[in-house]
Amino acid sequence: MNRLRSALGQTTRNRSRRLAPWLAATFAVALALGLPGVAAADFWTPESGGSPQADAIDNLYKFTLVLAAVIFFGVEGALFYSLYKFKARKGAVAAQIRGNTRLEIAWTIGAAVIVLVLAVATFIQLPAIRIPENSNATEGLDLASSGVAPGVLVASGPQQRLPPNGKSLNIKVNGQQYIWRYTYPDGDDNTLNNPFSYEEMVVPTETTVTLEIQAQDVAHSWWIPKLGGKFDAIPGYTNYTWFKVPAALEGTSFRGQCAELCGRNHANMTARVRAVSPADFEAYIAQRRQDTKAADEAAAKQRKEVEAPAAEQPDADKTSGPTASPGP
Amino acid sequence: MATTETPAPSSTAAAPPALPQIVAHKVERPNTGWTSWVTTTDHKKIGIMYLVLTFVFFILGGVEALLIRLQLAQADNTLLSPQTYNELFTMHGTTMIFLFVVPIWAGFGNYFVPLMIGARDMAFPKLNAMSFWMLLMGGIVFYASIFFSPPECGWTCYSPLSSSNYLPTSGVDAWIFLIHLTGISSLIGAINFYATIANMRAPGLGWGRLPLFVWTILTYSILLILALPVIAAAVTLLLTDRHFGTHFYDPSSGGSPLLWQHLFWFFGHPEVYIMILPGFGVVSEVLPVFARKPIFGYKAIAAATVVIAFLGLLVWAHHMFATPSPTIVLVFFMMSSFLIAVPTGVKIFNWIATLWRGTIEYKTPLLFSVGFIGTFLIGGITGVFLAIFPVDWQLTDTYFVVAHLHYVLVGGSVFTIFAGLYYWFPKMTGRMMFEGLGKTSFWLMLVGFHTTFFVQHAIGLDGMPRRVYEYPDVGNLELYNQISTVGSFILATGIGVTVFNVYRSLKKGPIAGPDPWKGNTLEWYTQSPPPANNFDSVPRIRSVEPMKDIRRQVARQGEPAEPQVPIASASTAPEQGLQPSSGG
Repeated sequence: MNRLRSALGQTTRNRSRRLAPWLAATFAVALALGLPGVAAADFWTPESGGSPQADAIDNLYKFTLVLAAVIFFGVEGALFYSLYKFKARKGAVAAQIRGNTRLEIAWTIGAAVIVLVLAVATFIQLPAIRIPENSNATEGLDLASSGVAPGVLVASGPQQRLPPNGKSLNIKVNGQQYIWRYTYPDGDDNTLNNPFSYEEMVVPTETTVTLEIQAQDVAHSWWIPKLGGKFDAIPGYTNYTWFKVPAALEGTSFRGQCAELCGRNHANMTARVRAVSPADFEAYIAQRRQDTKAADEAAAKQRKEVEAPAAEQPDADKTSGPTASPGP
Repeated sequence: MATTETPAPSSTAAAPPALPQIVAHKVERPNTGWTSWVTTTDHKKIGIMYLVLTFVFFILGGVEALLIRLQLAQADNTLLSPQTYNELFTMHGTTMIFLFVVPIWAGFGNYFVPLMIGARDMAFPKLNAMSFWMLLMGGIVFYASIFFSPPECGWTCYSPLSSSNYLPTSGVDAWIFLIHLTGISSLIGAINFYATIANMRAPGLGWGRLPLFVWTILTYSILLILALPVIAAAVTLLLTDRHFGTHFYDPSSGGSPLLWQHLFWFFGHPEVYIMILPGFGVVSEVLPVFARKPIFGYKAIAAATVVIAFLGLLVWAHHMFATPSPTIVLVFFMMSSFLIAVPTGVKIFNWIATLWRGTIEYKTPLLFSVGFIGTFLIGGITGVFLAIFPVDWQLTDTYFVVAHLHYVLVGGSVFTIFAGLYYWFPKMTGRMMFEGLGKTSFWLMLVGFHTTFFVQHAIGLDGMPRRVYEYPDVGNLELYNQISTVGSFILATGIGVTVFNVYRSLKKGPIAGPDPWKGNTLEWYTQSPPPANNFDSVPRIRSVEPMKDIRRQVARQGEPAEPQVPIASASTAPEQGLQPSSGG
């Protein structure tokens, strides 16, 4: 009994000494990773919540993560167990095994089955990610009659996917060093007088927004993490994506930034998408139109004054434009 | 040197057949000092020069990485300017790939492929020397750019950013010439490896007995021969676009920026396997030696290597899932990338099965190999995430990808490079490396590596793109980045310990003897370091583990278990070895 106990003690001591470095390392890594992991729920998964598309990607990711965790713990477990169990000891003899064809075929098939499962899961989720939903008929922007958007869209490229009812708010996104420009639809074919904005895109909630993404200088990449995946903006090509912000998130501003190296200030090429109610959106577009019109008129007036014969008004001060009126 | 001369044929038909005569006109003294290195065509000296040079570049690339981490240690940091930051990550990536990982395998291959197959040198020794000097030239051309304007387009140099409109400075040109020079170096090196392995194997060393490291170097060579011409063409088109008025990548004149991406990744993805497959080979050599057990499923591992290489040529566009591409293309490249997980998984299972029921000796090469398996597994799994193209839309071009590629390149390639260094150092120098320092280095590197890169998955998932010189302190971004920076300095310390270990072991390491690990392959048959002619006699090969056969044979004959001790070899007594003699 005594001998047994002392033998046990011996084993425990040996074991703890053997395990010490592993444990220390595991602890250090767990500490480094675990603490912030607890603090942020999104440590393990991508951003989502702003659009059904982003949620579908998140679901697919989580499914893969669970499968990956099983494989990870299984394989690492087998590795650590062999390292611990088969450490060289006195008198131990290594088994001279050269292979096992059945076992090897089995795990080849096993690995193939796992990737097959992943492929099937991807194909199941794909339509929800790729194909835009219909806008919400009651809460969303009335795309047929608002005058902001054309009634029924025709896909502008082979890659563009439209909602089943063919109606969406189609915004053109243009990347340039180092800012994004958005062109909103105005219901006609002339794209030169459309309302536009830079950096911040304003969209109505519960309305399907389709994007046509282009670039005019170098390659950029459009990405608002909470609204879905990223799509490269490449000069000479048009890329497409979509999103639909739920009504509950009205007033939220989603942040994102260019995700493809585009030069020195790549880090500063930010983008925001602000979700507002459909009524506010129409008001915003009307405001943009009015602002553009006012600016055009001011510019026209200024041009007229500059182009006026210099002999009539020799005073240089008068030509500096309408905004330069003297006053407090 | 001695020359062989055949006497003029005798005019009388009755004379006996003439025997060749050896006549020495002059005995040249072997070069010593630095000239012996500069003028050498010996595969072992060239191998050592490769290893030293690539390690210098490794340290340069590492310093660049530390500067990058310092800049990111704080949100909205102003330590480095955006220009300097872009230059640093471009040089870091380019250095590590083109000047460290790819050529260091040529270094190990140079030294050990001839030894492992029982050859006395590579097939084309002069071409071999040229490979090395072209690599050095490529490195000099590239690093000379730090004195004027380094490139700042990332190691991928995507067009149109790399065109003369957006980067008119000559940094991109220096990068192009680096690709050309190191490309020629690798290409002729690859042809040399192929010719050597195909033609110069010892008697009895059939394809089914070829050491697994040699299998991977063969596959590495074939991939280089297939992939390098494509990148050479791509950068030549870029060069003519930049300077000679062509428009291959210019969309405003009918060119296509996507053409660059396709050509680049058609080379770039096989390049990944070029960097990792020889590492798989090292692990397949180290594990059986330290588990005292044959490799589990030799044929499956060799076959998996070839299958990975083949599939590696068919997955390139998974780097381009976010580009405007038809769904069918995305699906094809997702499925082909999935497929590659199967042979990779098979290898991992085979390695673990090799450890199973062995008697594992915890020496430094084994630790690095095992650390590689545990770490590379994570890189493999995140690779499957990235292969699912809708998921990739969230992950691509973020720190998740940075984490993934470092798990396969540092956890994969660098750990196996260190395993190979600790395993083969005794053969190259005749001295062992210190185990204590080696284990310290391993643990620092393992902990430092995971601390640096694991958290980067979360940084990417939280929405931080790669290649940004600054970031706002949103959520936990600053905390995560600080953890990563601390980790990078632990990792660097671990690497520093090995550098010190090399320096110290060269002078004071315990004498190794010809076969310190009781190895399986033929390089352990000769002295450490091997003489200039490698082997005085080459044994007949009868299995995958010729050294085991030889040890068994020696034990049966009741002789001391010492491998061959040459009587007079060229390196120890060159004058005696070259004594002129007359007659056959």
